[in-house]
Amino acid sequence: MKPLRLIALLALLSLAACGGPEQPQRPATTLDRGLPTDPETLDHHKARSTQAAEVIRDLGEGLTGYSATGELVPAAATSWEITEDGLTYTFHLREEARWSNGEPVTARDFVAGMRRLVNPATAGVYAEALIPLENAEGILSGDIPLSMLGVEAADDHTLVLRLVQPTPYLLGLLSHPSTFPVNRGAIEEHGDTFARPGKLVSNGAYRLDAWVPGSLVSLRRNEHYWNNAGTMIDAVNYHVIVQDRSELNRYRAGELHITSTVPADSFAQIRKEYGDELHVAPYLGVYYYGFNLSKEPFKDNLALREALSMAIDREELASNVLGRGETAAYSWVPPGVNNYAPSQIGFVALDKVEREQLARARYKEAGYGEAQPLEIEIRYNTGDLHRKIAVAVQAMWRDVLGVEATLVNEEFQVLLANMREAEITQVFRASWMGDYNDAHTFLSVLQGGSPANMPRYSSEQYDDLMERAAAHVDPARRRLYLEEAERVMLSDHPVIPLYVYVSKHLVRPEVAGWGDNVLDYHYSQHLSLSATE
Amino acid sequence: MLRYTLLRILGAIPTLLLVIALAFLMVHAAPGGPFDAERRLPPEVEANIAAVYHLDEPLPQQFLRYLGGLVRGDLGPSYRYRDYTVSELIGSAFPLSLQLGAMAMLLALLLGVSAGTTAALRQGSNFDRFLMGLSMTGISIPVFVIAPVLVLLFAVKLQWLPAGWSGSSGPGKYVLPVITLALPQIAYIARLTRASMIDVLGRDFVRTARAQGLGMATVVRVHALKPAMLPVLSYMGPAIAAILTGSVVVEEVFGIPGLGQFFVTGALNRDYTLVLGIVVFYASLIVALNLVVDILYAVIDPRVRYR
Repeated sequence: MKPLRLIALLALLSLAACGGPEQPQRPATTLDRGLPTDPETLDHHKARSTQAAEVIRDLGEGLTGYSATGELVPAAATSWEITEDGLTYTFHLREEARWSNGEPVTARDFVAGMRRLVNPATAGVYAEALIPLENAEGILSGDIPLSMLGVEAADDHTLVLRLVQPTPYLLGLLSHPSTFPVNRGAIEEHGDTFARPGKLVSNGAYRLDAWVPGSLVSLRRNEHYWNNAGTMIDAVNYHVIVQDRSELNRYRAGELHITSTVPADSFAQIRKEYGDELHVAPYLGVYYYGFNLSKEPFKDNLALREALSMAIDREELASNVLGRGETAAYSWVPPGVNNYAPSQIGFVALDKVEREQLARARYKEAGYGEAQPLEIEIRYNTGDLHRKIAVAVQAMWRDVLGVEATLVNEEFQVLLANMREAEITQVFRASWMGDYNDAHTFLSVLQGGSPANMPRYSSEQYDDLMERAAAHVDPARRRLYLEEAERVMLSDHPVIPLYVYVSKHLVRPEVAGWGDNVLDYHYSQHLSLSATE
Repeated sequence: MLRYTLLRILGAIPTLLLVIALAFLMVHAAPGGPFDAERRLPPEVEANIAAVYHLDEPLPQQFLRYLGGLVRGDLGPSYRYRDYTVSELIGSAFPLSLQLGAMAMLLALLLGVSAGTTAALRQGSNFDRFLMGLSMTGISIPVFVIAPVLVLLFAVKLQWLPAGWSGSSGPGKYVLPVITLALPQIAYIARLTRASMIDVLGRDFVRTARAQGLGMATVVRVHALKPAMLPVLSYMGPAIAAILTGSVVVEEVFGIPGLGQFFVTGALNRDYTLVLGIVVFYASLIVALNLVVDILYAVIDPRVRYR
């Protein structure tokens, strides 16, 4: 091709694309928030990620919701009654609630939503949220017709849920996007693509305006929302920003009001630079190392597991290796969970020197020593932070016990597959994030047969305590069983809890109504922008 | 002629099939699946999802199903973007990547050739040394360093330009990504042009032109530029490849919803159909372009048809 012709062609190509449609005018109050990845879908029955849930909480509304500071509050339901056996819940819905197309939100929309969630054809990822409901399990496996689900509309504004066993955390679950209602008309008209811009009919404070995958999800005020008068912000833009550094730069450039996180390496500097704009709060998540209990050397070797757990200086990890606000973990359930005081690992009372002495003694008991040191592999997934921690743990084990640990770095999906097979794993890094504000979301993980039980922990005593807890309606007695179960499990050392997660956000001073909470839920409808901007 | 064209098109099909088969195998060979996460799903739920996306079928059957879709022009649903099809995602992302790439290439050619020519005309001067030093720096600094530095300077400190894609509607958002993509190419093209221009300026026909009384500017414009551009033209292939791969980083830093970003996140999320779709798309593009070139050759040169 001739040079000039090439240049002309390139110029044409560049111009052709420039004349794209102009973006609409920004409304008076627009909130710009960072989002680390795209929502995989805005169909609340198929959504799975916390990012999708964050956006969907602005779009929809469940029977219950959370206040800015994380207290469970009535949302689409104004009140409810629970029978004494804890098996039947009757919800009274808000009569003034409206969909974004003006139609009233009725109990039948909730029934339709819950049925769609457990319908095998939906392939809903969070269908397990409704497993406490009557017949849910049978419907999921396709054995029972959908209409048998334990949910029913007594009239337009009364919804009845029937459970198979008392589920004290049910009210919290009903704030989860997967349990939100669906607009039956929109589903009938558009089928499975009903959650796309121009089609989605929502019942929350906002409606979907536009979605450019890989870039932007933008929401506008839902004029029909029952509390529209109390919603201060007219439009919310969720900007998809994969790199936390880019997000920080955009915050610095004044393009974001709220970041989804802050870059880990610059934590100290950001804290100094931004002071009160940085919000750090405990989060429902635990970072841990698991032992593969189905194989040597950890199978039936409690002393070895305890020695390894004790030899790790968690304070050092949290404050110096990480140095970004996280706190050392001595329990499986993180602090801050409702109606629960986590049990702690026994050796928490000892100081560092005592722990190391005891660790060496237990190590010897387990049959290891200087002459025959333990040789193991630590598997972790790709990530700066995971590597730093693995290196630190490797060093601590070597210095205190003389363990020869090799680091094995794997891509996340590879590590996941290995953890599930439990064939070649020995020590692996993992984490668990709570779904609702109740100890059950953590403790159920380690029950025998739980699909998330990566260490393959199996203890009759633990399972028995968990079942007893499940049978109790009285929260005080249930709590005692749960706390005892955690104590039993911790003394078996199937896992080494390393630190408790924290949520980190930069929030501009003009944003009012922000509340730090353990769930890290921040509904846009609770926020407002002061006039200074 | 028609027969030749048809034969060439038929000949391209096995190539594409091979690429698709290899890509299909490689994507499925990577451990983990699109719906795996730390939170493992209850078996019934997992089975339902697998059934909806046909992931429970044996691989050969999935492959045939995929090929069947391809024949109908259907690249399948994206596993990660559950509301979108792969064709929709590529359809929205490719024009953007193409546009940014074209702008960057244009900028690189204009600046690179002018700088290289100027340097060649003042060979050995301080200006020449300065330009070449600058271009060496441009080649050496990787894109993932240039991009954040430009953002820090022009978006954060000076606040002249937006730091990200999604926040603004004006043309300003194109400036930094295009410059980032173009910078290493400007540098390289400037060096290429300079070397080849120095060579051409020493040739006899240039001396003759000068001897006939033509001004230096005219000699360069009319006689020297065309032959000096030959190495630059043959560099265009690698340059386009470099811009396409460089765009992955640029798209991530600036949050541009282009093809590169979808490709990387698709691979990490095991979004089989999206990754496959992009591979098939690029492969078809390259095969089609080669085909067009071959056919054009045949049009120009009859000997090709009978070989």
